[in-house]
Amino acid sequence: MKIGVVTFPGSLDDADARRAAAVAGAEAVALWHGDEDLHGVDAVVLPGGFSYGDYLRAGAISRFAPVMETIIKRAGEGMPVLGICNGFQVLCESHLLPGALIKNHHRKFVCKDQALRIENNSTAWTSDYDANHEITIVLKNQDGSFVADEATLDRLEGEGRVVARYLGNPNGSYRDIAGITNERGNVVGLMPHPEHAVETLTGPTTDGLGFFTSVLKAVVPS
Amino acid sequence: MSTDTVSNATSTPDVEQPWAELGLKPDEYQRIRDILGRRPTSCELAMYSVMWSEHCSYKSSKVHLKRFGEIPQETPAGKMLAGIGENAGVIDIGEGYAVTFKVESHNHPSYVEPYQGAATGVGGIVRDIIAMGARPVAVMDPLRFGPLDAPDTKRVLPGIVSGVGGYGNSLGLPNIGGEVVFDPTYLGNPLVNALCIGVMRHEDLHLANATGVGNQMILYGAKTGGDGIGGVSVLASETFAEGGPTKRPAVQVGDPFMEKLLIECTLELFAAHVVEGIQDLGGGGLSCATSELASAGDGGMRVSLDKVPLRDASLSPEEILMSESQERMMACVTPENVEAFLKICEKWDVQADVIGEVTDTGRLEIDWHGERVVDVLPETVAHEGPVYNRPYERPSWQDELQADGAEKLPRASSGAELRDTLLKLVASPNLCDKSWVTDQYDRYVLGNSVLAQPEDSGMIRVDETSGLGVAVSTDCNGRFAKLDPYTGAKLALAESFRNVATTGARPVAVTDCLNFGSPEDPAVMWQFTEAIRGLVDGCKELGIPVTGGNVSFYNQTGETAILPTPVVGVLGVIDDVTRRTPIGFTAEMEGHQLYLLGETEEELSGSEWAHVVHGHLGGRPPAVDLAAEQQLADILINASRDGLIDAAHDVSDGGVAQTLVESALRGGVGARVWAPDGLDPFLFLFAESAGRAVVAVPRTEEVRFTDMCTARRFPHAKIGVITGDTLDVQDQFELPLTELREAWTATLPAVLN
Repeated sequence: MKIGVVTFPGSLDDADARRAAAVAGAEAVALWHGDEDLHGVDAVVLPGGFSYGDYLRAGAISRFAPVMETIIKRAGEGMPVLGICNGFQVLCESHLLPGALIKNHHRKFVCKDQALRIENNSTAWTSDYDANHEITIVLKNQDGSFVADEATLDRLEGEGRVVARYLGNPNGSYRDIAGITNERGNVVGLMPHPEHAVETLTGPTTDGLGFFTSVLKAVVPS
Repeated sequence: MSTDTVSNATSTPDVEQPWAELGLKPDEYQRIRDILGRRPTSCELAMYSVMWSEHCSYKSSKVHLKRFGEIPQETPAGKMLAGIGENAGVIDIGEGYAVTFKVESHNHPSYVEPYQGAATGVGGIVRDIIAMGARPVAVMDPLRFGPLDAPDTKRVLPGIVSGVGGYGNSLGLPNIGGEVVFDPTYLGNPLVNALCIGVMRHEDLHLANATGVGNQMILYGAKTGGDGIGGVSVLASETFAEGGPTKRPAVQVGDPFMEKLLIECTLELFAAHVVEGIQDLGGGGLSCATSELASAGDGGMRVSLDKVPLRDASLSPEEILMSESQERMMACVTPENVEAFLKICEKWDVQADVIGEVTDTGRLEIDWHGERVVDVLPETVAHEGPVYNRPYERPSWQDELQADGAEKLPRASSGAELRDTLLKLVASPNLCDKSWVTDQYDRYVLGNSVLAQPEDSGMIRVDETSGLGVAVSTDCNGRFAKLDPYTGAKLALAESFRNVATTGARPVAVTDCLNFGSPEDPAVMWQFTEAIRGLVDGCKELGIPVTGGNVSFYNQTGETAILPTPVVGVLGVIDDVTRRTPIGFTAEMEGHQLYLLGETEEELSGSEWAHVVHGHLGGRPPAVDLAAEQQLADILINASRDGLIDAAHDVSDGGVAQTLVESALRGGVGARVWAPDGLDPFLFLFAESAGRAVVAVPRTEEVRFTDMCTARRFPHAKIGVITGDTLDVQDQFELPLTELREAWTATLPAVLN
C-alpha cells in the first residue's frame, strides 16, 4: 500500500505525515505540487502547513496546483484523501468538502493537546476507531474555525458526515466540528494533526495512528 | 541627484557628508578618509557606517570578547568544527552528525515594532544556521518584558509573542523552550533573544567566503526593499531617547513563506554541490555580505549594484547597500554551476540573480550603472573598524547594594503563612504558567520534539534509528547579575548547564547573548567585563567552549539600564533520547521517593521571594560552585542512563517549592514532603541556592541511587514521596493541586486576554 504525501511550497508537516504512514506500515511516497502524476499511490494525504504563506486565503492558491487536478479526479473515483489542517483548507477550497475554515475566534495561533470524539468510524480513514472513540491528538492552527451555513451543517449532521468533534471547542468551530467527510466517505478533512500522535516519544499519545492504519484496510478501486 | 562616484569623491574633497546622521563619530569619519586617502563616496560612507556600527563591529566589546578564545576549543563530545567568527559555531556530536546553534538579540526593533521585530529576529538566526549548511531543527526564544501590569507590556508582549509564533510556525520549526521574564528595567527595553539549532552531516559544513577568481556572486531570495535601512547603525546602536522620534522605518519586515522556500532551496543547493561559499544577509545587508565574503576569500569582488532586484525601483545605491530586507542570501558559485544553481532556485520559486564575481584585485569594487561607486579594501570595512577600550569602573552604589541583603527581611513562619507565601509566588508573573505564550508556538512540527517547554530543556531527536539527540536550555537571572555580574554570569551558566543535565543530556557547548545597557556608561561597561570574566572562568572550569553568540548594548532608556542580562544557552548531547528524564510526577510514579540533591544555604538575596513579597533587590547572589554542578550533572546523567530516576527537576527561581509545584502540576500527581533534618521549613521551600535538583527514585532503585550519591560524597536528602492530589508539606500545610493549578494558570490570561 502506497500513501502519497503532497509537498506544496510552504507545506510543513509533510515529513511528519510520511513518517506516520510508514509507522502504520504503508510505503510513504513524496508527491510534488507541480507534478500531476500520483506515481501509483493508493491514497493521498494533503499535509499541514502554510502553503503559499496562506496568502489570499489558506489553501486558496494550492487548490490550483497541477497535482490537485489529478487528486480531485481520483477522489471522485473513490481514492482515499485525507486533508490535515492546511490540507483540510485545500479540500474546502477545492470543493471536495463543504464549508470553510476561518481565523480562530480568539485570533491567536493555538498549539495544544486536544480531546476529540470520533463520530463516524465508517470512513476510509477512521474505520480502526470504535464508535464514539475519544482520542487526544495535537491541535495547532491559526485558521482552524470550521464554518458553514445552517443548511449545510444540518445536512452534514443528518448524513453522519461529521467525522470528529472537539471535546472543548478550541477555535470557535461551528457545532464543535473538527473533521468532516464527503458523501462517499473517502475524502476526510481534519483540523487537528493525527500525524503528530503516532509515537509516545514525540507525541502526546499514539491515538492518531488509527487514521493511517484505517486507510490500509480501505478498499481501493483500481 | 547625480551619482557620487569614486572620481567625483576624489575631485570634491570638501563636500559635507552626513556621517553624524549615519551614527559615525568625528574620529571614525576621519579614519575612513585616512584609509581611503580621500573622502568616501556616499556609498562607501553608507557601508562603513553600517559595518562600523556597534552591532556589526563589536567595537566596544571586541577587546573583551577575545577572552572567549582562552577557553580550550574542545567539547566533551568532540572537536569544534567551526567556532566564533563564523555565522554559528559547529560541534561534532558523533555518528557523523554535527550540530550548530546560536542565540542572537533583536531587542530594539521589537520595542519599536513588536510583531515584525520579533519575527525577523527568528528569521535572522535561522538564516545564520542554514548558511552553515545545516537544516534548522528547532528554535527557542528567551524574552524579557517590563512589569506584567504595565500598560506598555500589553502592547509589546502580545505583538512579540505573536511575531515569534507567526514566523517560526510558518517555517515549520518547533519552538521547544526559552524564557519569559518580567522586571521593571525591561519596560522601555524588552529583550527578544532568538536561538536556533541546526543539524548536518560533517561533510555538509559550509563556510562563508568568496574564493576562486571568476566565480559568480549570486544574490537569491527576496527582492531588496526600503525596509530596515540603517537598522544596525541607527537603531541597534543607540539608546532610545525619551520623546524622541520613533524609528519605525529602520525595522525590517519579514515574510516567513519566502524564508521557508529559502531553507528548502538552500539545502537543495548544498545537496547538489553547486555552492562554494555562502552568507545570509542580516544586519548590515549587502554591505555586510559583500565585504565579509570578499575579505574571507582570497581575492577581491566586483559587484554591479544595478543588477540587484528591487521591490522599490526608486531606491538609491546607498539605500540598496544599507537595506536590511529579509530573506536574502548571497552565494559564491563556479561559472559551470550557475545554470544548475538557478534551476534549483526556479524550482522553489526563488528569485536569483548574478550580481558580481570574484576578482584578483583584492579590492571590493561596486558599480552603479557602469560607474564605480565603491572601491575599498574589503577588510577595512568588515574587520578593521574602530576598537574601543571603553572606560569601566565598579559603580559606587555596588557596595551599598550588596550590603542590603534580603536575608534580614521578615519571613513567613507559621504553616498558614508559608502556604500563603507559596500561593503568592506560584501566581507571580515570573513563576506562573507560561502557556498563554507557549501555546502560540508549534512545538510538534517535524516530529522530533522529545521534550519542550515547560521541561528543564528542549530536546530534539537527531537520528530516528540510533536515538541520538540534543538538548538545549537558555537561562539568566538578571537580578543575580545586577548584585554581582561575575557571579551572576556564572550562575546563568550553571543553571543552563544543570537544566541540560537534568534531562539526561551531557552539556557540551555554550552560546551567549549578552544584553546590557550603554557601553558609554563605565558602570555598565564594568558589568559587561565582569560578566565575560565570569563566563570565561566558568566555561574553563566546566570544560565547555563558547561557540558563538551576540552582544546587545544600548538597552537603556535615559539613565536607566536594564538588569545586566547575559543569557546563556547550553547544548547537550544524549546518546539515546528514550532515556530522557522529564520533570512531571505521573501516576506511574506513585510511591517514588523524592530526593533533594545539593546543599541548601540561607540564600535569599535576589530571590523571587524577595522580589515578589518585598519588592527588594539587594545583597549577594547565591554562591556558585561549578565543581559541585559538574558532580550533580554526572549524577543526573548516569542516573538517567541507568534508569535510577524517573523524573528530575532543577531548583532555581522560587526554590524547592516552585520545583515541586511544577513537577506535580506537569504530571498531575502530588507529593508529601518534609524539610530535611536541621533545615528551616522556610529556607527549604524558598531559598535559591544553586547546584540543586529534586529527583524521583523508584523504591526498587533507592539503594543503588543513594549508594551512587554516597560514593561521590554528594549531598542528598530524602524529602518526601510522590502521592495523592495535594502538595502536603508535613506539619506545615497541605494544598490541593486544583487550587495550585488555579493560582498558577490564572495570572497571564487575567492580564492579557
